[in-house]
Amino acid sequence: MEVNELEKKGTVVEKITTKSMPYEAFKDNEYIEKLVEELRANGTNVIVGAFDKLINWGRSNSIWPLTFATSCCGIEFVSLGAARFDMARFGWEVARASPRQADFMMVAGTIVNRMVPVFRRLYDQLAEPKYVIACGSCAISGGPFRKSYHVAKGIEEIVPVDVFVPGCPPRPEAMIYGIMQLSRKIKVEKFFGGVNRQENREEYLKAHPIEEQN
Amino acid sequence: MANIQDKIANLFPEATFEEGEFLLINIPDEKLHSLAKTLRDDEELAFDYLVTIVGMDWTDSLGCVYYLTSTKHNTHISIKVSTTDRENPTITSVADLWKIACIYEREVYDFFGIIFIGNPDMRRLFLNIDWKGFPLRKDYDTNPELNPVSIENERQSDDTYNYTRDENGNIVKNVTKVFNENDFVVNIGPQHPATHGVLRFRTAVDGEIVKKIDVYMGYIHRGVEKLCEGLTYPQTLHYMDRLDYFSAHNYHHGLCLCIEKAAGIQVSRRVEVIRVLMDELSRIASHCLFIGTYCMDLGATTMLFYTLRVREQILDIMEKTCGARMTFNYSCIGGVMQDLHPDFVNDVKALLAVIPANIKEYNTLFTGNVITKDRLEGVGVLSREDAISYGVTGPSGRASGWACDVRKTDPYSIYSELDFEEVLATEGDSMARFKCRVEESTQSAHIIEQLIDNIPEGEILAKVPKVLKLPEGHWFQLVEGCRGVFGVYIESKGTTSPYRLKIVPPCLNLASVVDHITEGSKIADLITIGGSLDYIVPDMDR
Amino acid sequence: MFDFSIITNWLNNLLNSYMPAWLTTTVECVLIGVGLLLAYALLALFYIYFERKVCAAFQCRLGPDRVGYHGLLQSFADMFKMLIKELITLNHIDRFLFALAPYLVIIASLLAFAVLPWGNGLQIIDFNIGIFFLIAVSSIGVLGILLAGWSSNNKFTLIGALRSGAQMISYELSIGLSILTMVAFAGTMSVPGIVEAQKDCWFIFAGHVPAFIAFVIYLIAGTAETNRGPFDLPEAESELTAGYHTEYSGIHFGFFYLAEYLNLFIVSGVASLMFFGGWMPFHVAGWDGFNMVMDYIPGIVWFLGKAIVISFIIIWFKWTFPRLRIDQLLNLEWKYLLPINLVNLVLMTLVIASGFHF
Repeated sequence: MEVNELEKKGTVVEKITTKSMPYEAFKDNEYIEKLVEELRANGTNVIVGAFDKLINWGRSNSIWPLTFATSCCGIEFVSLGAARFDMARFGWEVARASPRQADFMMVAGTIVNRMVPVFRRLYDQLAEPKYVIACGSCAISGGPFRKSYHVAKGIEEIVPVDVFVPGCPPRPEAMIYGIMQLSRKIKVEKFFGGVNRQENREEYLKAHPIEEQN
Repeated sequence: MANIQDKIANLFPEATFEEGEFLLINIPDEKLHSLAKTLRDDEELAFDYLVTIVGMDWTDSLGCVYYLTSTKHNTHISIKVSTTDRENPTITSVADLWKIACIYEREVYDFFGIIFIGNPDMRRLFLNIDWKGFPLRKDYDTNPELNPVSIENERQSDDTYNYTRDENGNIVKNVTKVFNENDFVVNIGPQHPATHGVLRFRTAVDGEIVKKIDVYMGYIHRGVEKLCEGLTYPQTLHYMDRLDYFSAHNYHHGLCLCIEKAAGIQVSRRVEVIRVLMDELSRIASHCLFIGTYCMDLGATTMLFYTLRVREQILDIMEKTCGARMTFNYSCIGGVMQDLHPDFVNDVKALLAVIPANIKEYNTLFTGNVITKDRLEGVGVLSREDAISYGVTGPSGRASGWACDVRKTDPYSIYSELDFEEVLATEGDSMARFKCRVEESTQSAHIIEQLIDNIPEGEILAKVPKVLKLPEGHWFQLVEGCRGVFGVYIESKGTTSPYRLKIVPPCLNLASVVDHITEGSKIADLITIGGSLDYIVPDMDR
Repeated sequence: MFDFSIITNWLNNLLNSYMPAWLTTTVECVLIGVGLLLAYALLALFYIYFERKVCAAFQCRLGPDRVGYHGLLQSFADMFKMLIKELITLNHIDRFLFALAPYLVIIASLLAFAVLPWGNGLQIIDFNIGIFFLIAVSSIGVLGILLAGWSSNNKFTLIGALRSGAQMISYELSIGLSILTMVAFAGTMSVPGIVEAQKDCWFIFAGHVPAFIAFVIYLIAGTAETNRGPFDLPEAESELTAGYHTEYSGIHFGFFYLAEYLNLFIVSGVASLMFFGGWMPFHVAGWDGFNMVMDYIPGIVWFLGKAIVISFIIIWFKWTFPRLRIDQLLNLEWKYLLPINLVNLVLMTLVIASGFHF
């Protein structure tokens, strides 16, 4: 419905989708449409736009996870890689153990107080562009352990999160859907023009000076 | 029981006794060590296996309950020690008698602040060294501002403490270093592919050779025991799914048994059979995943995919009945949540048909491989004595020749009627541990075979009061999880929620023994040994 | 066999007739460079795709199949992503060596390409010591790995690099000796010369027992040389996270990643040249019709086909066997492969001297 209205208004809305999943099958298209509208508010240069498309095609089709799991959800993530759900079909199976080489972090499991600095450091070590999927209720809000004295109440307070996948633990299908949503989000990014860039290294270091370490 | 009591009463006149499930000895702190020594060393007593140390806060006093088992006579006993000093509570350490006591006492110190005099390593176990307060004390301040979530790196120290008494009876704090000054310390974990979760080993290496490992836990410490104190008994059950998520059914079973025992609820035979079926199915699923991930750790990635095939089949069966793939929350007090799915029997039979062929395939592909043999045989040898002293139970303990299967030693549910073998090996190396697990899957399949055609009719849920209150008292229940002996200790004050619910996880012992059996082997062996012990980190951290 | 040098000579003469000699050389160099880089990139991308598909097949999975037809464009997507991924600059490292290391690795495998003939005459340079040159340049790679591990200032990478150094230097001996065995058999060090000598019968058949032993040793050592499973200790994921390239991101990591697959191609390419007659078709003496048909298949297809089949075997190893431990790995080389190799060399000389070969 909304798409038609927008088309009437003269705004052409791209139907951002991933292969083998029709646009209508996604549940929250309004959100991605809003995002597109926001990003394309000032129009897009033809050449730059074409480059962006190429880059985004590459990025959205090659999202490598970091092997990071703390508890139950991690086992479902293993199942996701196994023959039945086979995330290799989408090209996500190249799980890298080093955060420098991974693209996204599937936060599968509870993050507790003691783990928070480690987790934050792992996030900082990921190379740009980096994405975070909060997977399972523990990562989203603390889940069944929310009242505990030693559990972080959701990872959103610690790192920016791109996609939330609810469940305890989420089924592998839900995880596939979550990563597809991430892939869709990547597709509407703008590489040129620095819309998605955060502050650069110098600015960041000025704001967060690092103590000399051995 | 009576002659043990007489014997101890003769030796220790100050001891008082409480009859219960197990004999409980009340002993003042000064006599604890000599009592413990007698219990361990006396031929007739021979309590050589320290099951757990339950830290307790009785508001007027702090203390510990020690559960001991004699592997020789298969008898159980418990000791209770308390101290009224809340500012600087001290208890004598028994770390020199049972090796695992060192870790247990660290845990009690972490949660209750009780200092153990004579323990060589009195650091916190699960919480940061900067953590304020002792969370399981009843007067713990839960204000999050006291212990905020910080993204700053945790403070770390190589210092460890031990406390001794000088000749005047004063307590002296001594500081020692964990590592030597020139050690090359490699930090393995908490985020590392081989630690199976977020365990952290600080490893001193000399080239490729491991000199010492300092195990850091607590990176997934979720405070389940404290959470349980604020919930009603039925609510506490769902945490059991999230400890060792592979033994979800077994852990549920354990806690249900403990609560049912306390409340005097009888479950129907149908429930018993269903529970045992589910336990054994999860055991097969768990061992399948173990075989897969272990092979992956050793570099044979493909095996993971073959073993997960069987696991998926079991998960399907579970899902049809329980409605979930992992956190089933199936057993409940007095029975099970839902009745079996109509397809259950056929599905299980289909599973039983494929298991032998699959196990044969695993053995052909992996167990028989020359490289596998080179990597596993003779690596990480754990002797029977050490296995008992460290309390390493489950397949890992049985691989060292210790018959520690609770299903045989203290049969619960209907296990005493079933025909199955306790898989034992004598080598105690990684290969034995691996083979024990493979063989146990076959035995579990054998148990299922006996039951699948004889599931009796009956109610699936006994009459349970809507508001369940346990009478005052304390209960202890052991069951056989997939990785070893899982225990639950419940202390009730007659209310709807437990006063203290202590979980005895098998994986804590497994992780504690890593340093002992890795010393002197290669870095690659650390992976072999860690994998073969098959610990689950959320289980040990709780 | 069609001689590709006809085309190159024609091109050379054509260029010479229009421009001075120095310009001809420049143009040719540029042409070769572009062609080489293109072939290099395409091959690596193909190999990545190939390995992912093969391993998926072993693991009862589908493998990449969403990006492009049957996932053919998957590795292109990966490359695009890797090209524009952030290059993280680290503190407390040796910047120069850190940046140099991936280039050393990639240059080593590029140089080895120079003497690898893809078909009759289809090679960049025909040395009379071609195979010697190949062994020499391929050992530069280990320098890159050592530098990468050392300059990252990380304990994991350091252990990975030292393992790698020990491993590659050891196994280079076996590679060299097994190639030497075949060089002795062929009587020349020129790569086309060795292939020409296999016109009638491939060396693996002609040299029977010693050639076969040499091939098996070459295959084992070659797998070790490329740091692939079961010899992938330097980057053993479960032990050392990502080994020597743990700290590399973006395209620098991409270089290591590509070089790994290129080395796989080089190792299997050399195996096909040394043992399976390179671009030479499969002939059976006496079956003239069959031989005629075989001759119609172009040489480049033969060469690539053989190389890919051998790579397939190496990939098969990786997805089947568990990893060795470092001491077992070195034991295998120094206590078994090396002595066997030396005896095999003597055996080969005896075979040649007595004329007991086909």
